[in-house]
Amino acid sequence: METKPHKFCPGCGHGIALRALGQAIDELGIQDRTVFGCDIGCSLLAWDFFNVDTVQTHHGRTTPVMTGIKRANPDLICIAYMGDGGGYAIGSQHLVNAAGRNEKITVILANNTQYAMTGGQMAPTTLPGQKTETTPYGRDVEWTGLPAQGPEMVAAIAPEGAYVARGTVSKVRQLQKMYVRALLNQIEGRGFSFVETLATCPTNWRTNAEKTWAFLEKQMPEYFRVGELKVPVTTEETLKSADSRRRPEVLRKASRRGEEE
Amino acid sequence: MTGLSESTSANRPAARAGSSATIPVPGEKRVFMTGNEVVAWAAIAARADIMYGYPITPQNEVMHYWTRLAPKFGKEFLQTEDELAAGFTTIGGVLAGKKAFTATAGPGNILMQEPASMAEMMRLPVVVVIMQRGGPSTATVIYSQQEVILTTFGGNGEGFRIVYSTSGLQELYDYTIKAFNTAWRYRFPVFVLADGYQAKMREPLTIYDPLARGMELVPPEQYVGRPGMPGVDRPPGHYRNTYNTEEELYEILQGHVQEYERVAPEIMEHESLETEDADLLIIAHGVVGRAAKQAVEQLREEGLKVGCFRPVTLRPLSAGALRDAVSRAKRILVVESAYGQLGKLVRDALCGLVVEMFSLYKPGVGVTPEEVVIRSKELIA
Repeated sequence: METKPHKFCPGCGHGIALRALGQAIDELGIQDRTVFGCDIGCSLLAWDFFNVDTVQTHHGRTTPVMTGIKRANPDLICIAYMGDGGGYAIGSQHLVNAAGRNEKITVILANNTQYAMTGGQMAPTTLPGQKTETTPYGRDVEWTGLPAQGPEMVAAIAPEGAYVARGTVSKVRQLQKMYVRALLNQIEGRGFSFVETLATCPTNWRTNAEKTWAFLEKQMPEYFRVGELKVPVTTEETLKSADSRRRPEVLRKASRRGEEE
Repeated sequence: MTGLSESTSANRPAARAGSSATIPVPGEKRVFMTGNEVVAWAAIAARADIMYGYPITPQNEVMHYWTRLAPKFGKEFLQTEDELAAGFTTIGGVLAGKKAFTATAGPGNILMQEPASMAEMMRLPVVVVIMQRGGPSTATVIYSQQEVILTTFGGNGEGFRIVYSTSGLQELYDYTIKAFNTAWRYRFPVFVLADGYQAKMREPLTIYDPLARGMELVPPEQYVGRPGMPGVDRPPGHYRNTYNTEEELYEILQGHVQEYERVAPEIMEHESLETEDADLLIIAHGVVGRAAKQAVEQLREEGLKVGCFRPVTLRPLSAGALRDAVSRAKRILVVESAYGQLGKLVRDALCGLVVEMFSLYKPGVGVTPEEVVIRSKELIA
């Protein structure tokens, strides 16, 4: 699948996450029936990035727009792509209820611990003590609470059949695998799928390359544990049954199952 | 008591596969229904595919009737977490190429303005039925005409939407069907603006299959998920509402302005009664328009030269027809169950004309023909 050069800042995590997502779409062979929805915030810069049907929505509202499309046409594979502010603050009611209803959509949420496009304010995910434009002396958890743990929350409320994971742009192969599994879960109609993706923002973190990477690889995972939190049994079986070399073919076949019926 | 398993299985698509009923209303049928029921039947008759909704009084029974009818006709329903989600899922339904609608009221209408503004910017044919209740805030669940400004000009934009104000249940049926046609023909969001009285009262009316009457039903079109490989067989659909520069936005909005002004004359509708020689012209909309018409009939019987102008489209307003009617009258009387919301629209439309303007404003309560008669006599005497 062709893409354009990305419009994000140098060192931004979105480019890596989107590349992994694009490759996951290719691996599953679903480009022609994928609908990509992007939120407000830096994620909106991806509105014309992929050669797939794309809808840029309002802040926090990508989840209901994708839900509406999926409910009206279940053959489409709907991906809601958003930041931590969109998913955990202004759109949290949509995330909670879409997960609770086990909507057959995939939500990918980039967590870079703050509101990036608006200039680096505190987000629900800002780490304790972390300095942002609205916590210039560091996040005081007594006043602003503890960072949101999105996948843990989604895993707790989503019914059986949901796929929930947290990946990081520092482990791209693992991240892409999570995206494949999340999309496969939707393709096979099992339930909601959600992948939080730890991402970098050197512009607002005001970090050089070394410190950016250290924050992503060391500080963030101390609070946000990377790994799969909820995996439907059948997803495991589908993946195990596929020989590693034949895997794309098997997955593609699985992704077409709905159409053949 | 209905068995739980029975009632839930009826809601699943698999259970609907056998439903073959495609003609919702066989021919014409005289019925005695509430307005909310009428909306559900009209949406079925208009071949709406899916409703997204959130409970708020007085529109709840639109959902109640839709959820009973929908499985019989292979149609869908989703109850969302709030009116934001109801509006944005309706947008999703439209993007998928389905005739999608929602219904709300009062505080729900406030939340509905966010998705409505996205629909306005992206020219998405969503249909929203509003059953006005008292305001501001939670106020009453009963009735008002206080959502006129919100529905015509809500959102951070220019009000490029179409708003039909119905005066009774036959019109509610007719204009709900028409709303889907107008939306998909012109690609502006369309509101059917009724109220709690119309929602809850029962009236005799004729329901019908619009196709059997030879009416056209404008087909929906897919925005996403069209056949073919995007980038190979067809360009990908890239839809946005965010623009980078002032000039870029200005160009888009100029397109909206020109298109809205071009189609407005085709959309504008009004009703006038005894306006030709009226010294006093009563201006009212919705159910209050009915009270005004009754008052005019009574006053005419008494030999008083009173007429009535009722805008059906509050947006776009039939300003030309209104100015014609007003220019022949000495005085106008604006009557509404709000404190000058229709009054604002009327003043704006009449700018530059010299006429004495009077009002009978009763925010949040009904207006009887008798009250209109008394007020009219004060002004004629």
